[in-house]
Amino acid sequence: MSRDLRNPLARARGLGSAKEGVSHWMVQRVTGLGLVFLTVWFVVTVLGLMHSDYATARATLAKPWNAVLLAALLITTFRHAVLGLQVVIEDYVHTRWLEVASLVLIKFIAVLAALAGVLAVLRVALGS
Amino acid sequence: MAQTGRPLSPHLQVYKWQVQMVSSILHRATGIVLAVGSLLLVWGLAAVAAGPEAFATFTDCAGSPLGMIVLIGWTLAFFYHLANGIRHLVQDTGVGYSIPAFVRSSWLSIIVSIVLTVAVWAYVLAGGHA
Repeated sequence: MSRDLRNPLARARGLGSAKEGVSHWMVQRVTGLGLVFLTVWFVVTVLGLMHSDYATARATLAKPWNAVLLAALLITTFRHAVLGLQVVIEDYVHTRWLEVASLVLIKFIAVLAALAGVLAVLRVALGS
Repeated sequence: MAQTGRPLSPHLQVYKWQVQMVSSILHRATGIVLAVGSLLLVWGLAAVAAGPEAFATFTDCAGSPLGMIVLIGWTLAFFYHLANGIRHLVQDTGVGYSIPAFVRSSWLSIIVSIVLTVAVWAYVLAGGHA
């Protein structure tokens, strides 16, 4: 007798490659949905700044709403990118140490890039 | 690849190419492109924060022939990943899985991304006047 008495949902939530159930899948979708709005806003903003000078570009980025949305864009982008790259690495890198090293490396790069981007936004927004 | 002795499923070379495969592969490929492109975004923001000289270096690179090629490729990758990403979000609600609908939405992602890329670059190259 080895019947599993847990219901399927409980089992799905407790298993998965990283023992996190559906959280990877769900975070990928939620960040993706956020990026639909944030990236379109960003592209429209950048197109509006086309051919404008440095002072105008800086003043635009320094506006509080733009700075907040830009910081959100950076954090969401790198979160989403790590989740996506993670799946690609898990699918195609079959040498275990290389796979683990790549997974750690993309996380390090993403965190540093997100922090550097947010710092740049803060410097512009706070005028230092 | 680890030699496990387990049977392998048929791989790419035995399938006839179909648009559904292309749209799926492109989603991953453009995702990788965009992840790398995000690092360039950070460079641009850091250049704005650093001052006019650093920003001029950045815009000179972006405006160079190589920079333009990168930007056009980035635009196409962005609009494809955006269009196909929205397609995936819609499919996650459980709709659009019949084969004709799946083929149709695959083509829609590809065509929409090309149209938007052309529109944006027509706008940019016209000097920012619609």
